[in-house]
Amino acid sequence: MGELGLSTKAVAPLPVRSGVKLHLEHVGVVFEGDGKRVPVLEDINLDISEGEFVCLVGPSGCGKSTLLNVMGGFLPPTSGTTTIDGKAVHGPDPRRILVFQEHGVFPWLTVAENIGFGLSGLPRAEREQRIAHYVQLVRLQGFEQSYPSDLSGGMKQRLQVARALAVNPDILYLDEPFGALDSITRLIMRGELLRIWQSEKRTIVFVTHDVDEAVQLADRVVVLSSRPAKIQDILTVDIPHPRNISAPRYLELRDDLLKKIGLAYTA
Amino acid sequence: MVFCRDVSFGANQDANRGEPGTWAVLVRLRPVAFIAALLVVWQIAVSRLPDQLLPGPIGVARGIGELLRHGLLVKYSVASLFRVTWGFLLAAVTAIPLGLTIGWYRRAELAVNPIAQILRPISPLAWIPIAILLFGVGDLAAIFLIFMGCFFPLLLTAMSAVHNVPAVYVNVGHNFGLSTREFIWRVLYPAVAPQLILGARITLGVAWLVVVAAEMIAVNSGLGFLIIDARNAGNRYDLVIAGMIMIGAIGLLLDLGMRSLEHVKSLRWGYSGD
Repeated sequence: MGELGLSTKAVAPLPVRSGVKLHLEHVGVVFEGDGKRVPVLEDINLDISEGEFVCLVGPSGCGKSTLLNVMGGFLPPTSGTTTIDGKAVHGPDPRRILVFQEHGVFPWLTVAENIGFGLSGLPRAEREQRIAHYVQLVRLQGFEQSYPSDLSGGMKQRLQVARALAVNPDILYLDEPFGALDSITRLIMRGELLRIWQSEKRTIVFVTHDVDEAVQLADRVVVLSSRPAKIQDILTVDIPHPRNISAPRYLELRDDLLKKIGLAYTA
Repeated sequence: MVFCRDVSFGANQDANRGEPGTWAVLVRLRPVAFIAALLVVWQIAVSRLPDQLLPGPIGVARGIGELLRHGLLVKYSVASLFRVTWGFLLAAVTAIPLGLTIGWYRRAELAVNPIAQILRPISPLAWIPIAILLFGVGDLAAIFLIFMGCFFPLLLTAMSAVHNVPAVYVNVGHNFGLSTREFIWRVLYPAVAPQLILGARITLGVAWLVVVAAEMIAVNSGLGFLIIDARNAGNRYDLVIAGMIMIGAIGLLLDLGMRSLEHVKSLRWGYSGD
């Protein structure tokens, strides 16, 4: 298949890492209900660098989304701490935006209004300017006044990413953002996300259960075990973008990851 | 939602489908022709039975003319609408905020739900004796009855509307750092608005049903009073039916008015069914 246009630039260097951005220390989550204690996450220790693209993979239901919700401040961990830039996380924060798998955009707002959702504090001119910038970045020109019901699934996800980026967050959390899309749209969206990541320089934590997605996108892939999830392995993907998804090194890493997840290699 | 489609007129749907020309005009006129046929049958049936009180359509038309000349039709319609407006608005401004609050706090809902479920099936008309006891015969009693008829449906609509707000919207609102006030105004309210309007539309229909009954007992003006008074004061069934036609026409206009809200662009998503 070749390169699939996964990036706009011909040769893109690996991002420069400057220090620890997000730090998880002994994070554990236990859900309690009906008198039962269900441990979901156990002793998660992880450092994510500034500007890094990290994918969380693992079997479905293992707690990937739970971990993302802990990072995002939506769920206080039962034990352990999350710090960003050295400060403990207590609750959600507009400096870190979570992008949801589905239904994340507000259907009662137009495309432009959705992107401007987090910008109500800005003066009008600046707000308009930012909206225009992000409309362009996610290629939704001509749809500014459309409502989400008139958009395709991929366009809605681009809109959600644009709304997140518009408030200038330093971390973007994505929870299986392309999981509900068809496979072709998913491939296109990966390319778009890489393009956006390279032009906007944000730290990205991306949850997926798709091994290919992880190897195509991430600097590092964090493999979680089944529940209660622990970090089972961390795989560094040392291939510059754009990644040739039929190159030997790519296939090697992909097989490696499959093995780590516990899926036997099938020829 | 299927509900909205069920009550829409055949004429509107056919008009969209039909090609221009005489055929389309004929299709459009179909409901009118049907009504005309019914009127003719009615008139013939009445003229064949001269010794009974029920008037034919011509008699009813004369009755409407008579009411118009005396200014009663407008006066009574305004009186009925006045009561409905107050009863409905009072119920809306109390039941909707209360229902939204109760729906948001799960524990409050568990406390309130049983009493709401017990009071809800009591017909508003069952409150007539209590209304008269509390307020005497007059506008206030009628307004109270309409209020009782609207309050519980609106309360339950608001409670369930809050429940149906997807957690994603709530999370996004929190993620973008909205204050409580901003959250209510920019996330909660728009998310529940389509369901509230649908509930309000149905409730307004109930209010219009209740006012007629209330006016038969608790006051001496309004379309309901017109009907009962026309019968009592000399079996004027032409005026009875004139009042009924007026009730139907105004009820239809109220519903059309509420339904036009469902076409507002920022609300339409709530009715598309997906």
